[in-house]
Amino acid sequence: MFASLLGRMEWHYFWHGWVQFGGQLAMVGGVLTLLAGMTYFKKWGWLWREWLTTQDAKRIGVMYIIVATVMLLRGFGDAIMLKLQQALASGHSDGFLQPDHFQQIFTAHGTIMIFFVAMGLMFGLINLVLPLMLGSRDVAFPLLNSTSFYLYVAGVVLANISLLYGEFGAVGWLAYPPLSELAYSPGPGVDYWLWSIQIAGVGSLLSGINFIVTILRLRAKGMTLMKMPVFAWSVLGSMILVVFAFPILTGTLFMLSLDRTLGMHYFTADLGGNAMMYINLIWAWGHPEVYILILPAFGMFSEIVATMSRKRLFGYKTMVYALMAITVLSYLVWAHHFFTMGAGGNVNAFFGIMTMVIAIPTGVKVFNWLFTMYKGRIEFFTPMWWFMAFATTFVIGGATGVILAVPAIDFQVHNSLFLVAHFHNTIIGGVVFGYFAGFAYWFPKIFGFRLHERLGKAAVSCWVGGFLLTFIPIYILGMMGATRRLDHYDPSLGWQSLFIVSGVGTLLIGLGVVFQIAQLAYSVWKRHELRDTSGDPWDGRTLEWSVPSPAPQYNFARLPVVVARDAWWEAKRGGKAIFSGAYSDFTLPKNSGVGVFIGAFVAMFGFAMIWHIWWLAVLALVGVATTLIRRTYEEETEYVVTADEAKRLDMKSQKAAA
Amino acid sequence: MKQVIKSTQSVEASPAIFGFWLYLMTDCLVFASLFASFVVLRGQTAGGVGSKEIFSLPFVFLETMVLLVSSLTSGMALLAAQRQKRQHTLMWLTATALLGMLFLGLELYEFSSLVQEGHSWTQSAFLSSYFGLVGTHGIHIAIGLIWLFATMLFIYKRGLTHRLMQRLTMFILFWHFLDIVWVCIFTIVYLIGVI
Ligand code: HEM
Ligand SMILES: [Cu+2]
Repeated sequence: MFASLLGRMEWHYFWHGWVQFGGQLAMVGGVLTLLAGMTYFKKWGWLWREWLTTQDAKRIGVMYIIVATVMLLRGFGDAIMLKLQQALASGHSDGFLQPDHFQQIFTAHGTIMIFFVAMGLMFGLINLVLPLMLGSRDVAFPLLNSTSFYLYVAGVVLANISLLYGEFGAVGWLAYPPLSELAYSPGPGVDYWLWSIQIAGVGSLLSGINFIVTILRLRAKGMTLMKMPVFAWSVLGSMILVVFAFPILTGTLFMLSLDRTLGMHYFTADLGGNAMMYINLIWAWGHPEVYILILPAFGMFSEIVATMSRKRLFGYKTMVYALMAITVLSYLVWAHHFFTMGAGGNVNAFFGIMTMVIAIPTGVKVFNWLFTMYKGRIEFFTPMWWFMAFATTFVIGGATGVILAVPAIDFQVHNSLFLVAHFHNTIIGGVVFGYFAGFAYWFPKIFGFRLHERLGKAAVSCWVGGFLLTFIPIYILGMMGATRRLDHYDPSLGWQSLFIVSGVGTLLIGLGVVFQIAQLAYSVWKRHELRDTSGDPWDGRTLEWSVPSPAPQYNFARLPVVVARDAWWEAKRGGKAIFSGAYSDFTLPKNSGVGVFIGAFVAMFGFAMIWHIWWLAVLALVGVATTLIRRTYEEETEYVVTADEAKRLDMKSQKAAA
Repeated sequence: MKQVIKSTQSVEASPAIFGFWLYLMTDCLVFASLFASFVVLRGQTAGGVGSKEIFSLPFVFLETMVLLVSSLTSGMALLAAQRQKRQHTLMWLTATALLGMLFLGLELYEFSSLVQEGHSWTQSAFLSSYFGLVGTHGIHIAIGLIWLFATMLFIYKRGLTHRLMQRLTMFILFWHFLDIVWVCIFTIVYLIGVI
């Protein structure tokens, strides 16, 4: 009786070996320290009121970024283990990881980096600035926004619990069946993978809806679509992809979970299941996903390059068309991920050509940035350094992508380390550098002080150097025939020295990370010297720079009215003022714990499904339903800020800034 | 901006309803992947039964009619609500709920008789994709019913406030959406399966 109450939980799932034990210890230690610290400094009430229950998009953004940063450290730790294993395990040496553990690590690394680092940073940054840029006080649905965040956190929590109790999938970050089916992966690992990204994915989907409505309905008066900052366009493109692609992920994972929990046969190897269907479906989400990540990075660079070159963005319209073209095209290329899996010559030719076509709008964007810089008075602050790092590395990644798009070549290098180098090249050189740039650029707006420049530049240098040193050997190894996901190889292949060089490169990236942490710590320490008193530290062009730093909770005491693109820049240059007219009453959402509760219940549900604890799953669902019903029919969810109060707050924050 | 929209725009044009439309579209895509899988797998019977052997059109036609009529009654409820007629609204909603429950009962009956005859979802990819698709629709109906009960309760207690009107509009959209999905199921799964 008792046993069935606990589903398939058993004691031995705590212990896996000493290497894992180190990880478990670090995790438990970290969490306990945090809890003890919060209790000791009596910060729980503050945390709950000011942060956890907040409906302010900026604060939700900050929380996203904090969680994503912790996950970046975890994912990077995984990467270091992978690199170390590959540098060691040749010939008689087996390295320090068991094969099964190695497989779990690359699965965890890929999953965490994509879903919890890249997606987390993206939603974090969008939350920080999108409403400000649009001249709005918040996103369209603040509570939904906070709920999305907690669904993301629930995913993060589940993925990390797997280290403490159970195991993670050993099936690669996309868990191809039939390997990921019950017959071949009976343990809870694949279920951890499945439910953590299923839950986080639903959160992303809801965010996608939220931001689309925000962009289409909450823009400042006068801001027609063609006057909207390019970053907002890039978010629109990305979120359109989210709402078109993530449902496919939801559906596909749902089917896999039916196979795994109810014994269905969607993708099994027997009784008529079709694994190839899964591979098609997952990439119909997966390819758009990479553009979901890169488009906002493009948008950030567009803002940064224009601001730091003190010129208006070259070719605004072509930029917008290019973004939209990529949005559409990225839906028509998914099969390039499995040219080798028997689709036939004509299909491969179509998808190969479509893939190459995407390079055209992307190239247009690169040239637009370069022309923006041309004859500009460029100021090389840290965000601009990230741009330079991006412009040089991303182009290599794009070029190797076009190479891989030729089916005949792909047959040679498919699933080799060449591919691994290619996608890290675009994702680190493009997405990660882009988000780091955006973070450095908008940091003062949120926190009221700048980040230290020299340490930031040191971090950029280490990241670029480390990146090249890590991944150029990986390209070469790929061409020498090294396959991906390799935990051991023969010395006669002559690969080990390249693997070692690549490992050293990873350490250099690690130094970059250390510099970033140091930069943050040092900047907090020196925040008075680095204070941004103007609200406009880079002499910016868009609306977010028109309010004091840190931006007040309500963003704008009076809503801006816009007549031109780069409205704030024009206003500073003697154009029409953007704030005029009287103050008026406005409403703000009250704090709410609904998101926290839903996140907690859903995490509980995921855990119950992983361990087959059915009563807990039902209980969790009842919890979700009750929370939702109570909330949907709450009538008083907002409070009013009167015109007088708005005026007083406005004067106060302007005085504080001056 | 938000409050401007709230006071000057009708319920139908509010951002919440627009967002809900977007949500419905995403749900539509979830169903699309289930439909696609069903179409790919419908022939994969693994030597077991196929559509022709297990579907009975008259029964499914009855289910379809029940759901269609419930859509109609839900529409009547919205019309009554727009005229601020609380009693009528509640009456039509009750009819909708009863029909919804009847539909769900019929579906469960169909499922359980299939399982009893030994044609459960574990038998073949065809049966998996059938139960998966139709069952997902059924889960949606069940969620819709819970939502409907909550809406009725609050309309009964508070009357047709602005907020409840919005929720009701969303529910009605959801219910019609499920109806449309069912029509697709009727056509693609049952009709094409039998002929
Ligand atoms: C920070 C430096 C990074 C290093 C040194 C690194 C290293 C690695 C290594 C060694 C692998 C395994 C390659 C193999 O199959 O042999 C890997 C796989 C992967 N990485 Fe990274 N990575 C880094 C950052 C990232 C980032 C930022 C992302 C995404 C946002 C990412 C996404 C992935 C994915 C999706 C896989 C494939 C996992 C699989 O095979 O299932 N990585 N990485
Ligand atoms: Cu792709």
